[in-house]
Amino acid sequence: MEPQDLTESLHKHPFLNNMNEELLKTLTSCASNIVLPEGERLFKEGEDAKTFYLIRSGRIALELPGGERGMIRIQTVGPGEVLGWSWIISPYRWHFDAYALERVHAFAIDATCLRTKCETDYHFGYEMLRRFSEVLERRLEATRLQLLDVYGNAPGGRGENY
Amino acid sequence: MYSRVEELNSRRIPLAKMQAVIIGLRCLFVPHESHIRRQAMCLQSDLTLHIIWHSHCRVWRDKNDFLHIMNNTSKLEASNLQQLLTALQRSGYTTVGPILRDDAIVYDKLDSVNDLPVGWSDEQSPANYRLTKQSGASYFNFNAAPQSWKRFLYPPVRKLFTIRKDGKSLGISNENTDDMKYAFVGVRPCELSAILIQDEVFQAGKYRDDAYSAARRNLFIVAVNCTTAGGTCFCSSMKTGPEAKNNFDISLTEVLRDGRHFFIVKAGTELGASVMDLVETSAASPQEVATADAIMRQTESRITKKMETDGLPALLAENLEHPHWDDVAKRCLTCGNCTMVCPTCFCSTVEDTTDLSGQNAERFRRWDSCFTVDFSKVAGGNFRMSTKSRYRQWLTHKLSSWVDQFGVSGCVGCGRCITWCPVGIDLTAEVQAIRGTETQQRKGD
Amino acid sequence: MTEFAPQTEELLHGYMIPSLATVRRIVWETDDTFTLLLDTTQMNDSPYSFMPGQFNMIYAFGTGESAVSISSDPAKPGLLGHTIHRVGSVTSSLSRLKRGSLVGLRGPFGSAWPLEEAVGKDICIAAGGIGLAPLRPIIYSLVRKRELYGRIVILYGARSPLDLLYRVELEQWNKLPNTEVIVTVDRGDSTWKGHIGVVTNLFSYIKLDSESTIAMVCGPEVMMKYTVEELQRRGLSQERIFVSMERNMKCGIGLCGHCQFGPKFICKDGPVFRLNEVYQLTEKKEL
Repeated sequence: MEPQDLTESLHKHPFLNNMNEELLKTLTSCASNIVLPEGERLFKEGEDAKTFYLIRSGRIALELPGGERGMIRIQTVGPGEVLGWSWIISPYRWHFDAYALERVHAFAIDATCLRTKCETDYHFGYEMLRRFSEVLERRLEATRLQLLDVYGNAPGGRGENY
Repeated sequence: MYSRVEELNSRRIPLAKMQAVIIGLRCLFVPHESHIRRQAMCLQSDLTLHIIWHSHCRVWRDKNDFLHIMNNTSKLEASNLQQLLTALQRSGYTTVGPILRDDAIVYDKLDSVNDLPVGWSDEQSPANYRLTKQSGASYFNFNAAPQSWKRFLYPPVRKLFTIRKDGKSLGISNENTDDMKYAFVGVRPCELSAILIQDEVFQAGKYRDDAYSAARRNLFIVAVNCTTAGGTCFCSSMKTGPEAKNNFDISLTEVLRDGRHFFIVKAGTELGASVMDLVETSAASPQEVATADAIMRQTESRITKKMETDGLPALLAENLEHPHWDDVAKRCLTCGNCTMVCPTCFCSTVEDTTDLSGQNAERFRRWDSCFTVDFSKVAGGNFRMSTKSRYRQWLTHKLSSWVDQFGVSGCVGCGRCITWCPVGIDLTAEVQAIRGTETQQRKGD
Repeated sequence: MTEFAPQTEELLHGYMIPSLATVRRIVWETDDTFTLLLDTTQMNDSPYSFMPGQFNMIYAFGTGESAVSISSDPAKPGLLGHTIHRVGSVTSSLSRLKRGSLVGLRGPFGSAWPLEEAVGKDICIAAGGIGLAPLRPIIYSLVRKRELYGRIVILYGARSPLDLLYRVELEQWNKLPNTEVIVTVDRGDSTWKGHIGVVTNLFSYIKLDSESTIAMVCGPEVMMKYTVEELQRRGLSQERIFVSMERNMKCGIGLCGHCQFGPKFICKDGPVFRLNEVYQLTEKKEL
């Protein structure tokens, strides 16, 4: 894919919605287009976070080791979503394992490259952080909701009172 | 209205024409000729009716108001009050009225006038109720009794059905019926309004309570206007008293003055008039009527408690998070007394039971209170855990959302919830506290 | 009243007295949730009919009564389904019934999903947990006349893959033209290939045309709160969002006072509300 095409398809990803051309170009210089086969492991807990992903199609599962309960699948990330923010926070290590649940098309963004750009271009750095904070906020909210275990003992619908 | 009657009094029209007018209007109260002749007031009213009808001007608010004007007003000597009870009993009614019991005046079966609390009155204030002995032998010189008439039309516990298991089949027997034929003797104007409010709740909507409707259909109401104002009464604010204007079969105003003891009687329905035909009465003189009116005005002037009702439903609906609810919550014990004594509170729960054989089951409905923890329990928890939320539910329902639901306020100003609150919470004061700070906030804006 | 006669016409108007329906079958949907199938053809107020979203009061002999949404096809009212979570004495009693047993039934009560208003529109259905049960009748109605409606998206969240209701039907609906079913669970395991996360996450994967979509939401209160926020964030006005609410109900006919929510009686004004009717109330705590 030519850089121009890459910029254009990046532009269509919801995460980069309305990002100005200049900044998008900066990002494109760190991006590549990838395809992952089903079952492929993207990364493992503890590894260096060298990349983050903008998913175009397919789904990725995030897993955590749950001791004797084995690996626990805590979340799936799908089309239009972002995978990974460990690259932005020191010590830049992944906190979970990630597997492609099906064939995945994604943009892989080189984290080292991106970090350097962020450090040198604060405007770009701020824009990335702003967009990531939004994702983080939404994901935190979802996690809280998950924590509430709303389906546990509080069923919805009518008539489960007695 | 009366001044209008007097004003028109000088003009006369033939009796036959008057009757024609009445019949033409298809009013509920169509007296025969002799009846009209007997009743001076009636003549005056008909005259007004005729003239107003022809000038296409509506003076009467509604049918009941019309009936009120149409009513004959007569005089019943206190010594003949028993005749009224007897007439009701002979007409098949179970007479219920105020009696003395447990240091209080309560409503229960009333066999004769001797059961009435003759010479007794009461003293009421927040969290306080005392009987007081009076010098005169008045029959009805007291205020709202602890319990209202609600318990007769909508009993605290009522069996809804019995169900019997017979092999694989089940047989259900509907018990939610009521064939009692009650005559309530001594319904206060505020209580009369409360009955009308419960009518809205139980029989005006898509679904009705059959037993309530049956009992209500059979009900005969003898209203008694208030000759004394209680310390917790605020009926004049709620526009329900102290005088009953309509919706009764008979109304009585007790006059005990200058050694004379009689009742000014008004019949509000044809049924009421027919019962009064069985009782020895005489025409009330204008002076006697005036005396009764003066007593009414005096009672009204003695009602000191006020509730400002202007914009009240909206005020409360807009202040669901007012800090004052926390203040009430510090005092409220969530005992539910207010809901039990309230003549309009209608919440209930059901209980299902089986006998030891497991073959027969029953369902009972019993009064419930929005102050109990179980009231708002669902599988996932409880949506009204705090005292604040429960008090707020009660008060905002009574004074605000009730209007949305039934088109009228759920409060009649009887003051029972104030008298019987063990810590003396006074809803008029709570409303005023919210109104006060609301106003300040608005001024501050 | 000592006569134990079969019910008479009079009883039908006594909305407080149950009719009798016969248990046809009990289908266990999950470990603790079952669908009680009742034959209403022998009921004396037959033919019984209902609108999607309505509920019945089901009485278990001697134990008590519970308000239960109807979860079956409105076009087949002779076989009435109620999907029930077994949590207490009444629901446990119901779960133990055998074919041919009798239960008391009062209903149907309450308001319905906006089937007519949905004609010609796209439809987004969001369900959480057993909240799918009251939505199933409207889904049946929609797919029965599939051509009348635009795109249909069904988003469904449950606690775990084992807690999913109506799995076979979910797959069938997903195969219908212009229809998409997306399922997510709060807790997955390694055998679960579907989405993991809360139901609101699923909105990332669909496109909503806020001008032509009608949304219908049912689930636990918290799930509904976040879902309607997400729908509004995506441009749907409150007039286009419908929710089915829950409260403690004793009578089902607005007489017992239990289910009040501000000025609303959930049982007779609801359970299905247009969001703008109740939104301000939902913002108040402990109302």
